[in-house]
Amino acid sequence: MKYLCLVYGDEHELHSVPDRECLAYDEALRLGGRCLASEALESSRTAATVRMRNGKTSVTDGPFAESKEQLAGFYLIEARDLNEAIQVASRIPPARVGSVEVRPIRPIRELAKQAG
Amino acid sequence: MSEDPADRMRATVEAVYRAESRRVLATLIRLLGDFDLAEEALHDAFATAVERWPRDGVPANPRGWLVSAGRFKAIDGLRRRARFDASLVQLAERLDAETGDGAVSDEEGVADDQLRLIFTCCHPALPPDAQIALTLREVCGLTTEEIARAFLTQAPTLAQRVVRAKAKIRDARIPYEVPTRADLPGRLDAVLRVIYLVFNEGYSASSGPSLTRHDVSGEAIRLGRLLVGLLPDPEAVGLLALMLLHESRRTARSSTAGELILLDEQDRALWNRELVSEGAALVERALLSRRFGPYALQAAIAAVHAEAESAAATDWAQIVALYDVLLRADPSPVVELNRAVAVAMRDGPEAGLTLIDAILARGDLTEYHLAHSARADLCRRLGRTAQARASYERALRLTRQEPERRFLERRLESCGDPS
Repeated sequence: MKYLCLVYGDEHELHSVPDRECLAYDEALRLGGRCLASEALESSRTAATVRMRNGKTSVTDGPFAESKEQLAGFYLIEARDLNEAIQVASRIPPARVGSVEVRPIRPIRELAKQAG
Repeated sequence: MSEDPADRMRATVEAVYRAESRRVLATLIRLLGDFDLAEEALHDAFATAVERWPRDGVPANPRGWLVSAGRFKAIDGLRRRARFDASLVQLAERLDAETGDGAVSDEEGVADDQLRLIFTCCHPALPPDAQIALTLREVCGLTTEEIARAFLTQAPTLAQRVVRAKAKIRDARIPYEVPTRADLPGRLDAVLRVIYLVFNEGYSASSGPSLTRHDVSGEAIRLGRLLVGLLPDPEAVGLLALMLLHESRRTARSSTAGELILLDEQDRALWNRELVSEGAALVERALLSRRFGPYALQAAIAAVHAEAESAAATDWAQIVALYDVLLRADPSPVVELNRAVAVAMRDGPEAGLTLIDAILARGDLTEYHLAHSARADLCRRLGRTAQARASYERALRLTRQEPERRFLERRLESCGDPS
């Protein structure tokens, strides 16, 4: 099963976690074949939110949700089940200061194929 | 079979995973002293196998290879993490210093590890629902999502249960061991209870749209077989027999439309004879040990039913006698109720009704739907329709299971109009 681990946190607090620690964990996950993709994101101040309404594009500054906790990065992982994914997520270094949301991937392509 | 060597190797690793992953995990938990660490090590061991086996060939002893690889990977991983978390240095050194004799995977050692795992998952310090979740996940290898589906729970709720249980095992330092001889009976009871709960959840789902959930019962039987293989205690044998004998009636106990069919109306030709004879042989084995208990006795009762050609041809005297022994071994109002039904078959409905009314008059089982439906059946057979109606209605209010509701509604209709 695939899971997406979304790393959230207060951007100032997240800075307290050293990059090299995050990189070491990322490397360990990749070595074990766990990690399918992972990236860290630039600050939410650099975000643009796009909407299409009645054929018109509107762009607003900043992230979609106004909140203290911002999306700071993600890991797409392979795990046996939700508990294994939780275990992987609990060791993502920013989990100590922020939070990690673990979401199962909906196998949309496989489902479409099954439906014919 | 695919001709592509990569596909063949993948199939080989998958087969080894199915056959060995739980045993490798059980040993890794002992070697590493931690469930989560062991689980990660198991993953890494198989990831290494996928990488190495195509190049080096499948090792002669895959289980031993995986245990060694997992242990090595775990220590290596701890050393890497120790760069950021100094508290892990000691742990890594200690695990490394401990001799690798645990990597030895003789059959006896592996059996002990599996038993340690079972007893730890069913430890009485853990809440009952956590015991079930942990046993199904760690011992049977079900995923959190599968267990959640089987028990009609949300996956995150179940995941939380597993996380808490593991934290409890770690924080309360629940030892990873097979109980001593003195503690064994009580601890084994807990294990048997978990297995039987899992079986019953599959055999007569406590709620939900369908009567049975076959795969859950299948897991319980697999667990029962595993336990009997590891620890052939008469009650473990008795429980396995009981489950097999119940399972033998699965197809007969509901119609194609999913309607409930009671024992006396079942088509006995549909009973699975293989399961019946395996169950009956196990009953005999348990009874011959002379150290049998409630599970073996219940299995013995099920075996008497299984050997009868019809409800009428059943040896009801024998069944009542077995219930008498069971009541002494494990007194409970539910056993009393079942005995009352057997007495009704032996001596007539009036005798059974007197016994059931006595149980209900004591205030026991007044909220138990089967007590009221049993009473209703006896009243119906005695032609006391009004009383039968009242008891069916009472049972109907208390049942939560859809096929049982429909069954009781049909019975109620057969009692005719109240007027």
